[in-house]
Amino acid sequence: MIQLIAFYLFATIVIASAAMVIFARNPVHSVMWLILAFFNAAGLMLLAGAEFIAMLLVIVYVGAVAVLFLFVVMMLDIDFAELRAGFVRYLPLGALVAIILAAELIFAVGAWQAGGVDLAARAAPAVTDKSNIQQIGELLYTRYIFLFEAAGIVLLVAMIGAIVLTHRQRGGVRIQNISAQNRRRPEDATRLVDPGVGQGMEL
Amino acid sequence: MISVGHYLAVSAVLFTLGVLGIFINRKNIIVILMAIELILLAVNINLVAFSAALNDLVGQVFSMFVLTVAAGEAAIGLAILVVYFRGRGTIAVDDANRMKG
Repeated sequence: MIQLIAFYLFATIVIASAAMVIFARNPVHSVMWLILAFFNAAGLMLLAGAEFIAMLLVIVYVGAVAVLFLFVVMMLDIDFAELRAGFVRYLPLGALVAIILAAELIFAVGAWQAGGVDLAARAAPAVTDKSNIQQIGELLYTRYIFLFEAAGIVLLVAMIGAIVLTHRQRGGVRIQNISAQNRRRPEDATRLVDPGVGQGMEL
Repeated sequence: MISVGHYLAVSAVLFTLGVLGIFINRKNIIVILMAIELILLAVNINLVAFSAALNDLVGQVFSMFVLTVAAGEAAIGLAILVVYFRGRGTIAVDDANRMKG
């Protein structure tokens, strides 16, 4: 019973806050609603018994992605009122696509629940005497090890790409060039002269 | 009792809201990126629900990979957004056709 109440609570809040994400006037509020949606989705996954994914959702999405969004929204100086100009104009087309999509999804779920399709043999049945995270770890570090490393490469490429894209070489600043300083020899920098009397000095 | 159908319904609504968000916020690329995050969240809920219903952990492993790609996509997308804003002083993307693609 308490599971059902929790499920409906989380589901209602996640849908309501997802609606607020796309309808909010201010993108900062959108990010806040997005964080609420992620927290409640983590609750949903906790109810499904996926503790690891739930924690990952809170750490990765709320802790990293949402904060990144917040930084970008607050750093850029944007006239948000101007960006909402086409809101009403695009609404009918968007609503049409959304209705078609929702109908198709409902149809697909209904067809799936009607049965008749033999599911393939299960790849990795969950054992009950181990915790969720232990089972996922055993799967991830054995069968999916190459996929796991590929995911690491994806993150590395994303990190390098983001740095390369946003890095900016600023001209007109004087910075210390240590190698040039170390290369400099006394004979390049100094000169011995023997000026005659009254001839002056050439500098 | 909660069935997998409940989860699928929530995920379907979330997915639809994400697609709707892309359509109605066509100018504001920040909200478009957030709508994409919502879509990926719906996919993750689906994967976890089926993983729980079929008693098969592969769904959760793949949900983790979806999470990885979503994080990378958000980072790259926001980096492109920052570069775009530097170059043009706006983030209205409904007329972003510089490359004439």
